Amino acid sequence: MSDWQPGSNIETMRTRAHLNRCIRDFFALREVMEVEVPLLATATVTDPHIASIPANLDGQSVFLQTSPEFFMKRLLCAGSGAIYSLGKAFRAGESGGRHNPEFTMLEWYRPGFDDVQLMGEVESLIKGVLPELTDTRSISYRDLFKRFLSIDPHTVSLAELQRLGQVHCRVDWRDDHRDTWLDLLMTHVIEPQLGEGLVFVYDYPESQAALARIEPDASGQRVAKRFEAYVAGMELANGYWELTDATEQARRFDVDAQHRIVLGLENFPKDRKLLAALASGMPDTAGVALGVDRLLMLMSGVRSIDQVLNFSITRC
Amino acid sequence: MGSFSTNEFRSGMKVMLDGDPCAILENEFVKPGKGQAFNRVKLRNLTSGRVWERTFKSGESLEAADVMDHEMEYLYNDGEFWHFMEPNTFEQHQADAKAVGDTYKWLREQDTVTVTLFNDAPLAVTAANHVELEIVETDPGVKGDTANGGSKPATLNSGAVVKVPLFLSQGDMIRVDTRTGEYLGRAKT
Repeated sequence: MSDWQPGSNIETMRTRAHLNRCIRDFFALREVMEVEVPLLATATVTDPHIASIPANLDGQSVFLQTSPEFFMKRLLCAGSGAIYSLGKAFRAGESGGRHNPEFTMLEWYRPGFDDVQLMGEVESLIKGVLPELTDTRSISYRDLFKRFLSIDPHTVSLAELQRLGQVHCRVDWRDDHRDTWLDLLMTHVIEPQLGEGLVFVYDYPESQAALARIEPDASGQRVAKRFEAYVAGMELANGYWELTDATEQARRFDVDAQHRIVLGLENFPKDRKLLAALASGMPDTAGVALGVDRLLMLMSGVRSIDQVLNFSITRC
Repeated sequence: MGSFSTNEFRSGMKVMLDGDPCAILENEFVKPGKGQAFNRVKLRNLTSGRVWERTFKSGESLEAADVMDHEMEYLYNDGEFWHFMEPNTFEQHQADAKAVGDTYKWLREQDTVTVTLFNDAPLAVTAANHVELEIVETDPGVKGDTANGGSKPATLNSGAVVKVPLFLSQGDMIRVDTRTGEYLGRAKT
């Protein structure tokens, strides 16, 4: 039996060590401070599409964190200034060629930046470790759907989205959420056509804002100031011009909770410490999370996340 | 039977889809960082042999298909059906031409084959990968011609016709790969 062996080879291990050093150098140069935050906490995300892994701590219910976001925002509210975290995150039910339930996430926050400035910094970081990447494109979520599917994702009817989903993908289920169909078309139709270069997609539908602020775009359409970075059609980073309004944040937690009820998912108490921190005042900030294992896949030229993790969940 | 959720899907698992039993070939997990997770699944329809691709929302379930492989002895063909017997229970099953497919040409009475049962009825019959059969008809052998690389058709005692090297003769026992119909070599016996 050779099932004790790691999924990565020595070369990939060296590349990871090199990447970690590049990341720390990149932020040291820009005077962004490294911080550590807990992986185990009593509160967790409300996002209906993200499942936390629960744990039992001496009889108390706790959760492995799905991202360092809530703690980092509390640090920002406490006056930390620009910060980054290079650490593990955990998500239940996510396992596959590009997913592992435990993965490495680089997350950073830049007070004073907006989403456009942060996209520029993400580009510098990625190109620093993928020097062969020369081509960069930026395209709004709306223009992307116009280009590949000839629809305006903000105004297209649910019926038309369902029809396009049926035409382009082999599905035989029904769903009345526009975002389900937009996600289906994005992952199955658009992502494979994004090409080899670095692509930023920005100005997401209001309904997909998550923790981003919502602003009108040039045409007056209300959009989420959220962006995603793709390389070779693979989602690499997700960023926001952050929502700082505690009242709006509490409202979004409640919307998530309602959605979770509809989906038959368990609800957890909302993170009142985050809400209290936001109420005390959070600086205007842009923040982004980047999948380090996926960046390593690109640097190593491998197709499966198992090949860059020493021990993926199938080897643990 | 129970059902399987998308996160339990593994290749080889048998499930029901559109009323047909299918074998899962591949299961790809697709999820945007923020948003709905999907499973993009390739399945082989075990009735038609066709490969299907379907996308499910993660967490959806499919009913398990009651499909099982059984080792059975081939008994005889009555002109319409092929008859097989479970060696332990002596239970007999008859398979039609659709279930037997191209396997008929490798079947010899008393051979052990794999019969795939779906709801206790034969869905497919698979011969062993390698079988030993006798040449019952071919052009006369060319003695000593082992290096030339030429070949000629030979009819085997199961009815199959395969290409064999020129030096083989009627009455020779040979080994054949039933998946490709290729001659592998002389039988050791």
